[in-house]
Amino acid sequence: MMNSVEVAHLSVSRGGNAVLRDLSFVLRPGQITGLLGPSGCGKTTLLRALVGVQRGVRGTVTVLGEPAGSARLRRRVGYVTQAPAVYADLSVVENLRYFASVLGSGRVEEVLQQVSLADRRDQLVQTLSGGERARVSLATALLSTPELLVLDEPTVGLDPVLRRDLWQLFRRLVDEGACLLVSSHVMDEAQRCDRLLLMRNGRFVADATPGKLLETTGAKDVEGAFLALAEAAA
Amino acid sequence: MTARVTLATAHRVLTQLRRDPRTMALMLVVPLVLLTLLRYVYDDRPQVFDHVGGPLLALFPFITMFLVTSVAMLRERTSGTLERLLTTPLGRGDLLVGYALAFGAVALLQTALASTVALWLLGLDLAASPALVVVLALLDALLGVALGLFLSAFARSEFQAVQFLPAFVLPQLLLCGLFAPRHSMAAVLRWLSDAFPLTYAVDGMQRLTASGEVTRGLLTDLAVVGGASLLALVLGSWTLQRQSA
Repeated sequence: MMNSVEVAHLSVSRGGNAVLRDLSFVLRPGQITGLLGPSGCGKTTLLRALVGVQRGVRGTVTVLGEPAGSARLRRRVGYVTQAPAVYADLSVVENLRYFASVLGSGRVEEVLQQVSLADRRDQLVQTLSGGERARVSLATALLSTPELLVLDEPTVGLDPVLRRDLWQLFRRLVDEGACLLVSSHVMDEAQRCDRLLLMRNGRFVADATPGKLLETTGAKDVEGAFLALAEAAA
Repeated sequence: MTARVTLATAHRVLTQLRRDPRTMALMLVVPLVLLTLLRYVYDDRPQVFDHVGGPLLALFPFITMFLVTSVAMLRERTSGTLERLLTTPLGRGDLLVGYALAFGAVALLQTALASTVALWLLGLDLAASPALVVVLALLDALLGVALGLFLSAFARSEFQAVQFLPAFVLPQLLLCGLFAPRHSMAAVLRWLSDAFPLTYAVDGMQRLTASGEVTRGLLTDLAVVGGASLLALVLGSWTLQRQSA
């Protein structure tokens, strides 16, 4: 099967500082990959490079067989930014209808169910809780049934029940053949991923399954593994 | 650009405006109040009201639409929705024309209301037909929308966007020939006045005040205002970059 993402020698500098340093990796469909690392390590920049909105990218980034950001990918790639990118003065369903028109999708009702917001459909987004807003933002990205879904910290501010529900949704999406890349700085979410990329200062310090990571570092949890690797690298 | 996405964008912007009835009311009522005020300021000299009333019908939609669009577009930029939209199949033209359609519709309503009140209730005496007045006022509104969309790219905050009114609109207003005849200005100012699109908007309205005929001068005014709006829209589309640092 074709790789969803192929990245070779990707570097990004901003204002003379290297943010990403010579990254190379592939992502395959049917997998959830967790991108973990402390704030400011370059996670969002990497996600933006995959979506094609990052300026100053060196190296090659190929997404679903096309150069990242090319026009033909705009329906096939879903991007959920860290801050919810939805209209606060519109209702949930008005937001979804607008994005559905833009994406040429008829899946508004289906997506409302997927993110458990059907009972909030007519509420203005500005009256929703932070977690609910984040789910409206996620819903807009699900409308076009993307083959690659790039999620920047999608579960921040969610209670444990919702977090579990969302991860079940993510699992269903990859079972249907999508490729998911999820960034997080909450290490305890790592256990739910198929593969982990641990990042520090613009470089990967580990690339393994959660089980393998614990085994090689001898740590009890991913946080411990990260600390062990960070100290070894220092 | 696709009609579906452009219309969906216009519909979305209008829905947002409807959610803000106070802004809508201000846009529609303030011109009426100001025109009424002016009418009674010059209670003894109706010819002065006739002289400035027409140009004001052109200035209201221009100024309101400039302010509202620049802030609306700035919000789109700062809230992250612009960046999000630019990762979708939405074309830059869809967004700009969608905004222009939505605010154009509001401008039409505003101009129709203001003209009705000025011409029939306040006794403003214009030589030209009300339809011509509305057409020119609409073009002026579009100029305001286009400049607002373009200049919003240079504001980082709503404070800055609002300051663009005195920075970019007041100089045009001072030099447009409404306060002092253009031929009495220093040469440099007259050149500047020739270069500002608002000069042609006001000149057009002054022509409509004086005569009902569609002259070559009026057509030139219409063409310059329309052309400047298109130019500002094109410049505005360059400021909508899919990639950023």
